[in-house]
Amino acid sequence: MQDLPRRALRIPPHRIGLLVAASALVIFAALFMRWDWLPDYYGLALAGLWRTIWILVVTCVLGFVIAVPLGLAQAGGPLWLALPARAFCTTIRGTPLLLQLWLLYFGLGSLFPQYPWIRESELWPYLRQAWPYAVLSLTLSFAAYEGEVMRGAFAGVPRGQLEAARAFGMRRSAILRRIWLPQAIHRALPTLTGETVLQLKATPLVATITVVDIYAVAGRVRQDTFIIYEPLLLLALVYLCIAGIIVFAFRRLEARIPARLG
Amino acid sequence: MRTSGAIREDISTAPDGAAEAIHIENLHKKFGELHVLKGVSLSARDGDVVAIIGGSGSGKSTLLRCINCLENPTSGIIRVNGEEIRLKSDSHGNTVPADRRQIERIRSRLGMVFQSFNLWSHMTLIENVIEVPVHVLGIKREEAIATAEKLLARVGLSDKRDVYPAFLSGGQQQRGAIARALAIQPRVMLFDEPTSALDPELVGEVLKVIADLAREGRTMILVTHEMKFARQVASHVIYLYNGQVEEEGPPEQIFGTPRSERLKQFIRNIG
Repeated sequence: MQDLPRRALRIPPHRIGLLVAASALVIFAALFMRWDWLPDYYGLALAGLWRTIWILVVTCVLGFVIAVPLGLAQAGGPLWLALPARAFCTTIRGTPLLLQLWLLYFGLGSLFPQYPWIRESELWPYLRQAWPYAVLSLTLSFAAYEGEVMRGAFAGVPRGQLEAARAFGMRRSAILRRIWLPQAIHRALPTLTGETVLQLKATPLVATITVVDIYAVAGRVRQDTFIIYEPLLLLALVYLCIAGIIVFAFRRLEARIPARLG
Repeated sequence: MRTSGAIREDISTAPDGAAEAIHIENLHKKFGELHVLKGVSLSARDGDVVAIIGGSGSGKSTLLRCINCLENPTSGIIRVNGEEIRLKSDSHGNTVPADRRQIERIRSRLGMVFQSFNLWSHMTLIENVIEVPVHVLGIKREEAIATAEKLLARVGLSDKRDVYPAFLSGGQQQRGAIARALAIQPRVMLFDEPTSALDPELVGEVLKVIADLAREGRTMILVTHEMKFARQVASHVIYLYNGQVEEEGPPEQIFGTPRSERLKQFIRNIG
């Protein structure tokens, strides 16, 4: 038992190889590539990174909140709820996100100013900006994909689990809150990890409607300085890091309930 | 769990002293064209242990599940502690409980134990046991935990209180499920083939817990394949055949001097 901690610290040979290769790449990039533009764009890059992250978090959270009723309606709801939910999921999942984004931004966005009462409303300061359309379309997209995931997760909870809750006199709302939803979410977690990473990789699309996220910053650097590869490489690294953090966070969440569920 | 005596005091008593806990009259259940129960009647007084036996497909599980409306009976009368379950026809012509609150209230006093345990897999054992007391019956959490710990000790699972069901053996899960059912201070315990899903070597530990409950005078209705066990613990045995009560009586009579040919054959085959 005594040498256990030491054994845990020992790094297997292939890991050492990977570490050496990675360090060599970093050193090569640092020495032989141009990074002199970095200080000039430092502030803009941070702002862009922040925008990417909050758009990701907000759209995932809002999207998931919508996905739960969407999944529930399809898994156990009456037909008049299940059909619209399925239609929504199918439509959104069946069309490109870029198309949805542009339809909302260039469609709705150009429709709104034609109505004076919208221009005079309290919401106008928001509606004339680009980010609400970005958040809306990314939220709807996430909701549709996750609605489908949650449908399967709700349907996959064993009947006996819900029957036991019914047998002890739980109300339907309590069964949903205490038994059905927690088990469905736990079942969906591994899929949600991947979907959240996919959502991260969908965020650069917002750059096409003038929202300056981290991807747009890289484009700005290229336009200003004609330096192409360095910003893109850094961009790849940034996305990799965020994806890594997402996977790590979801793993922690999953580990809170031991596996072998059901 | 000695409080069950206190609960019993407020029940109006039947002529011979004990109140009628479960009363079923002329119960019919159809699944589409399939006529599963064809006019079954059953009565259990406080302290009774009623064992329901019969071949597979005889309707014994369905009968038990009708008592707390996990299956809605097609017609018939069900009274639990003197309160009749009100039924109505829905728009599809199915019989459903007329008052959801009533059925939820009745269910919360019937401790059901399933063949497949059905412990909630996302909760530890102790969380399973306190779930209904805290979230349905409105008992304080500390109080519920204290009761739950006593119950877990009783079924021999004190050291497993913080373990998730998936990490317990079948026998341990079923004993945990019995503790969960006891935690609601049930008027009647309903057992739906509690040992049928267990490995043979684990059956004994579960039967022992159930036998202890019978000995302390708990009212129970038990669907079982364990004939020897039914003979030991039951005060009344009902033999179902093809959705009807073929024969019923005290265990000595049912197992000792059966009259019906079918029952004789059933006992020969299973013994």
